[in-house]
Amino acid sequence: MSQMIKVAITVNGQHTTAMVEPRTLLVQYLRDNLNLTATNVGCDTSSCGACTVHLNGEAVKSCTILAVQADGENVTTVEGLANGNEMHPMQQAFMANHGLQCGYCTPGMVMAAISLVKDIPNPTEEDVRIGLEGNLCRCTGYHNIVQSVLAYAEGK
Amino acid sequence: MGGSILGNRVVRKEDPKFLTTGGKYVDDLFDEPLLAGALHVTYVRSTVAHGQIISIDTSTAKDMDGVVAVFTAESLGLELMPAGLNKSAKRAFLARDKVRYVGEPLAAIVATSRTAGEDAAETVVVDYNVLPAVVDVREAAESTVHLFEEVGSNIVFDSMNLGAPDNSGPEFFDGCEVVVRETIVNQRVAPCPMEVRGSAVAWVDGRLHQWLSTQHAQGAHSSLCRTFGYEPANVRVIAPDVGGGFGAKIGLYGEELLLSVMSQQLGRPLIWRESRSESMVALGHGRAQVQEIAIGGSRDGRVHAYQLKVLQDCGGWVDSAAFLAPFMTRPMSQGVYDIDRIECRTLSIVTNTTPVVPYRGAGRPEATAAIERAMDLFAAEIGMDPVDVRSKNLIQPFNEPYQTKMGQTYDVGNYIESLNRVTVAAKYSELRAEQAKRRAAGDTVQLGIGVSVYVEITGGGGTGDTAKIEVLENGRAKVYTGTSPHGQGHDTAWSMLASDQTGIPMDRIEVIHGDTDLVPKGGGTFGSRSLQQGGAAVHVAAVELVDIARGLAATLLEANEDDIVLDKENGAFHVAGSPSVNKTWADLAVAKKSEGGLVHAIDFRVDGATFPFGAHVAVVEVDTETGKVRHIAHTTCDDAGTVLNPLLRDGQIHGGVAQGSAQALLEEVLYDPDGNPTTSNLADYAMISAAEVPSVTIVMMETPTFMNPLGAKGIGESGSIGATPAVQSAVCDALLHLGVRHVDMPATPERVWRAIHTAKSGVGQ
Ligand code: FES
Ligand code: FES
Repeated sequence: MSQMIKVAITVNGQHTTAMVEPRTLLVQYLRDNLNLTATNVGCDTSSCGACTVHLNGEAVKSCTILAVQADGENVTTVEGLANGNEMHPMQQAFMANHGLQCGYCTPGMVMAAISLVKDIPNPTEEDVRIGLEGNLCRCTGYHNIVQSVLAYAEGK
Repeated sequence: MGGSILGNRVVRKEDPKFLTTGGKYVDDLFDEPLLAGALHVTYVRSTVAHGQIISIDTSTAKDMDGVVAVFTAESLGLELMPAGLNKSAKRAFLARDKVRYVGEPLAAIVATSRTAGEDAAETVVVDYNVLPAVVDVREAAESTVHLFEEVGSNIVFDSMNLGAPDNSGPEFFDGCEVVVRETIVNQRVAPCPMEVRGSAVAWVDGRLHQWLSTQHAQGAHSSLCRTFGYEPANVRVIAPDVGGGFGAKIGLYGEELLLSVMSQQLGRPLIWRESRSESMVALGHGRAQVQEIAIGGSRDGRVHAYQLKVLQDCGGWVDSAAFLAPFMTRPMSQGVYDIDRIECRTLSIVTNTTPVVPYRGAGRPEATAAIERAMDLFAAEIGMDPVDVRSKNLIQPFNEPYQTKMGQTYDVGNYIESLNRVTVAAKYSELRAEQAKRRAAGDTVQLGIGVSVYVEITGGGGTGDTAKIEVLENGRAKVYTGTSPHGQGHDTAWSMLASDQTGIPMDRIEVIHGDTDLVPKGGGTFGSRSLQQGGAAVHVAAVELVDIARGLAATLLEANEDDIVLDKENGAFHVAGSPSVNKTWADLAVAKKSEGGLVHAIDFRVDGATFPFGAHVAVVEVDTETGKVRHIAHTTCDDAGTVLNPLLRDGQIHGGVAQGSAQALLEEVLYDPDGNPTTSNLADYAMISAAEVPSVTIVMMETPTFMNPLGAKGIGESGSIGATPAVQSAVCDALLHLGVRHVDMPATPERVWRAIHTAKSGVGQ
């Protein structure tokens, strides 16, 4: 067995710490150590984006970084977005525009979308489509995801 | 009093959960007490496409850290079992004697962690006597190498066995001025639900609890009991949230079935979840037909005869595809057209590839693609606009059941209207003008316009579904349904139906599904059946429940039942004209408490399938120098009868259109000549992204069916059925003036570029 390493990561504003194997991915840390299971795993080639979270405010695919690389950093998952009972405006936009069906891609999609609009505050449809290229969804055909993101950007 | 909520755009009540805490999928059951201490299962899979198994050496794996047990067909005592459609073909859930595709499960490792299992799986050594792989379906039909020697052929089913006449002779086209023939490929694609397969099992006091990512919990329950002889009462199947299925999660797979057996032997709960790379080779694939089409008619645009021969690639097992070709593609081969002579023969053929199962449309997209391509080829041959040729041959509008030549009874149809609406909305003539301009100018980027008109069968095979409504003493209600939603929004839709009749607000209604303890009987969610059967059941149960409640209120209010009205606004029954003396739903539930509560259950039956229809217009741009295709616009007019919630309807269309566009332009499962998959992960498989599909313009049309009280037909598969041929046709249309007749799917840049250059050099034309 490989040696265990201690990590301390702030997740959704909470201080968390655990002993992990060096090969533990951030997504495994979130799901297996913290039971934050909204963040999903949809592939094994960093292709799908279902695992997207924010690392220090920037969207990252949490299957592409090790837990130890996030040591001492700030991570936000979709569980950390709502303010009490009030959903984040991006979550609200997804609901209002039917931007989700089975919900599997959704947490990653929402996190990627927030990051996208932060980088491009007034995106065109084209911007949104290209910006979300790394987040796959099999249900929605993307139409309503794009609508959700545009509605959010407009309503901000 | 407000109007009915039905038909309104209602946002989904299930969304907040998915958006805040995420769904609870099989992999998220960490807090399920029955699964405490569960061990992880990893399957060892064949790395060769075709071979005899000489030995399976698991000795290293058995001794590895964290490994609890290793099972093979031999150690589990698994017998060969015959296929449903061809009893001579046999296999076991773990390969015995022979492997027939890369990815076929051979052994199972049970370990304390997923990683320990994966590490151990890599040490299993399988010695094969490698056999020649039969990969191409056309070659398989002729090959002397047989996957199942006992069958004596790779053809496992021929629709001629159904007693259809042999119309393969040339006289079939007698009297036709023009006959066009083409062989077209409806390629193999991967369903790619974003959640891969997974399942967990626990035996508690001799009773099996199995969580499954499935579209049909009750079907899985029956499979388990049938396969292993379990007492139905001793099995509980639970579908938690399911991250998409698209047909590939209807039936139960060997990997899922075996969990209960291994768990029983070990006395421990087990959990299994495949990786995406496993899923790409072990979850069933879709489509996979080669179609020989021939169409004949006169130069005025009338089609007289149409012949289709289907070679259905079933993959390495006689799986559902063997059945879909003769029983879904063949019956729908006539499409929307009135044709004098029509014949369709299907051959179901096994190959050394992943087994083929239903995938969004399951046999109907293939039927539609064939006849729509045939119509285009015919139109091109006689130099007529594809819309005009279609208009000339469409079945006239009908409100009475229409008997097709292929033995189907279409319920209602107005195909010409859907075609008219969609061409107007898409500005068809303006598109043609723009196309002409670009052609005249010799633009590098050419415009292509593709049209399809389709009819499909929905709710086929199903005969109805169950529904139960229970009113609680606090006035809330629970709706139990036999459907199994995994993205379709039944929580919202069924709440709308129940609320519409009872007046109980939607947020006070809970919809329960996918747990066989709570819903023992149910038809699941596939084949676009849910609303017309499961939803209609909820509607009828609600109507009847209101009647029962009215009778009860009459007794309690000491009034005549006929005088009692339901005030839906307030959820209370009273004598007409005196609302102040009333009985609320809560009152009635309390009154019924000693008699088992206020609950009504029904088993709703329908007489048969419905036949939704529609028309699509796709617009593409093709760069004639690079072969790159961009799908730039898509307009649909899909008639699914009366619409319950346009929000959900639109979502279904969007998803289907993207999958259709994906098949037409991007996605294809590929093998090398030895049967090694070359698209076995999401980096290699070109799954469609947001950047590759346009927004969709939806044109309304609602022709209610009389087959159920809601007037609803299916909508879930219309997008993939209508879009696939429309997009493909648009690509061909863009290149028509360059002499290109046909481009197979997916229309990748290379394939398009080759088609242009072949046409230019006159080769093969
Ligand atoms: S799980 Fe697919 S990109 Fe991370
Ligand atoms: S909503 Fe199902 S994968 Fe996106």
